[in-house]
Amino acid sequence: MSQVDNRQNTALSMRTPRARVKGLGASGHGAGHFWLQRLTGASNALLMLAFVVIIALMAGRTYPQAVALVSHPLVSIILILAVVSVTIHMRLGMQTVIEDYVHSHGLKFAALIANTFYAVAVAAACLYAIIRVSLGGLA
Amino acid sequence: MAMSVFHRITGTALYGGTFLVAVWLVALASGPRAYDTVAWFFGSLIGRAILFAYTWVLMHHMLGGIRHFIWDAGYGFDRDRRLGLARATLIGSITLTVVIWAIALLVR
Repeated sequence: MSQVDNRQNTALSMRTPRARVKGLGASGHGAGHFWLQRLTGASNALLMLAFVVIIALMAGRTYPQAVALVSHPLVSIILILAVVSVTIHMRLGMQTVIEDYVHSHGLKFAALIANTFYAVAVAAACLYAIIRVSLGGLA
Repeated sequence: MAMSVFHRITGTALYGGTFLVAVWLVALASGPRAYDTVAWFFGSLIGRAILFAYTWVLMHHMLGGIRHFIWDAGYGFDRDRRLGLARATLIGSITLTVVIWAIALLVR
C-alpha cells in the first residue's frame, strides 16, 4: 500500500499542488501588475514635474548650495517618492518588454532577474544618497 | 503602432537614464570632489545634450502614458482621435521640452 505521489515533477515546474488544483494560472496577479503600472504612471507624472523643477534649480549651484537644496525636507521627500515610484514603474515596464520580446526560456529568466536587481540597486543607491544628504554634515 | 513601439523605446531609454540620476545623487552624497566632477560633466556640451534628450524622452513618455490612460478609460480609439493623440503627444513633448529649457535658462 504505497501512496502514489501524484504531484507534478517539481524539478520541471515550480507550481505547487494547490496551485494546480485551483487551476487559476496567473490570475489574481496579472491585474496587480497592470494596476500598479498605471498607479505608478500617474504618480510619476506628478513627481516628474517636481523633479524637473528640482533638476533645473540644481544647475550652476556650488556644492554647499546643492546640498542645501536636496536636504530641504520638501525636496528630500519628493525625491524619495519619485525614486520609489519610478523604480517600481520601470521594473514593471521592462518586465513587460522582456516577456514580449525575449522568448528563449533561460535568457528570459536571466533578464527578469537582472531587471529586478537593477531596479532595486538603483532604488537603494538613490535612497541612500538622498537620506545621507538630508541628515546633514556634508557641507 | 509606431508611436506605441516608441513608448517602449522611450521607456527603455529612461530605464537606463535612472542610472545617471543615481550617479548624480551618490556623487552629491560622496562629497564636493565627486559632485564637481559629475556637475562638470552634466554642464559640458555632451552632458547638456544628454539632459536635453532626457527631458524630451521623459516628456514624450509622460504624454504617451496619458494617451494610454485615455485609452484605458475607453476613449480615443477611432482613427482620427488616434492620429490626433499621436500628433498631440509628439507636438506636446517637443513644446514642453523647449518651454522647460527656456525657463531653466532664463531663470538662471
